Amino acid sequence: MTEHGSHDVGIYYKVFGALLVFTVITVAVNRVHLAIPLAVTVALIIAVTKGSLVASFFMHLISESNQIYRVLVLTAIFFFFLMFLPLLGLFSTPAGTEHRSPLTPATHATAEGHH
Amino acid sequence: MDIPYTVTARPDTGLYNGKLGIWLFLASEVMLFGALFSSYLLLRVGAEVWPRGETILNIPMAFLNTVILISSSVTMVLAWASLKMNQFQKARWCLIGTFLLASGFLVVKFFEYSEKFAHGLAPKTNTFLAIYFTLTGLHGLHVVGGMVVMAFLFGPGAKMWRVAPERYTNRVEITGLYWHFVDLVWIFLFPVLYLL
Repeated sequence: MTEHGSHDVGIYYKVFGALLVFTVITVAVNRVHLAIPLAVTVALIIAVTKGSLVASFFMHLISESNQIYRVLVLTAIFFFFLMFLPLLGLFSTPAGTEHRSPLTPATHATAEGHH
Repeated sequence: MDIPYTVTARPDTGLYNGKLGIWLFLASEVMLFGALFSSYLLLRVGAEVWPRGETILNIPMAFLNTVILISSSVTMVLAWASLKMNQFQKARWCLIGTFLLASGFLVVKFFEYSEKFAHGLAPKTNTFLAIYFTLTGLHGLHVVGGMVVMAFLFGPGAKMWRVAPERYTNRVEITGLYWHFVDLVWIFLFPVLYLL
């Protein structure tokens, strides 16, 4: 039998409480109707905090083998590049497929497309 | 032939095989969802207008689903902790609880989707709804996958506890790792799709 004695489960309830609080904060911040750049920043900070809590305590990454950290660092590097791939479209766009910035008036964007 | 290192750690990795396997799988899952999040960014930056999710989607339902998934992560980790403390029945009930919470998530999602379709809002309606249905649909499939494994673990697969308790505990642990990842993805989907 797997007898490992007592296991401290209190931390899971504390993390649960923190996750609930952060979820309420996420929705509450949304009601304030911040400007989009600030709203994105705040929402992502809260989401990353919640994700870190889940990964650290529920997935036990806080005390895991180095082998897993290596796998995750490699994944994080690839993920980072993946997230920045869309930016390449700003520098090199095939003729006829260019998209307009939401901030650029349509007439200007069409004119720029012929440059 | 016995599968090696299902309980003890492999000397070169320091992990039992199932655990390394699930982490490699989760790494591939990060790239799968990452590609879709990247597509979302590309579509959003390239769009002339992009609706705020709250004008189309149902935030109270998504909030409820967030609470349900977070709760299911707690019952899942408690199932594993109970097995570590040799409390099989408690662990089994925790697994059943996780399964029921996952079912609850899908029921809420069903009502949410039905509401959209009833109002003529489908993936073909616009780019926002296309990426919304793709991301949440793929996530929903992951929930179903997790439920199948949980049903096996508290159902027919529970027999293993009597003959190989440590191996059974490890199976619950790696199922939990998968389940927490499904929770993690939702933690990002909620603000990105519904609130921003």
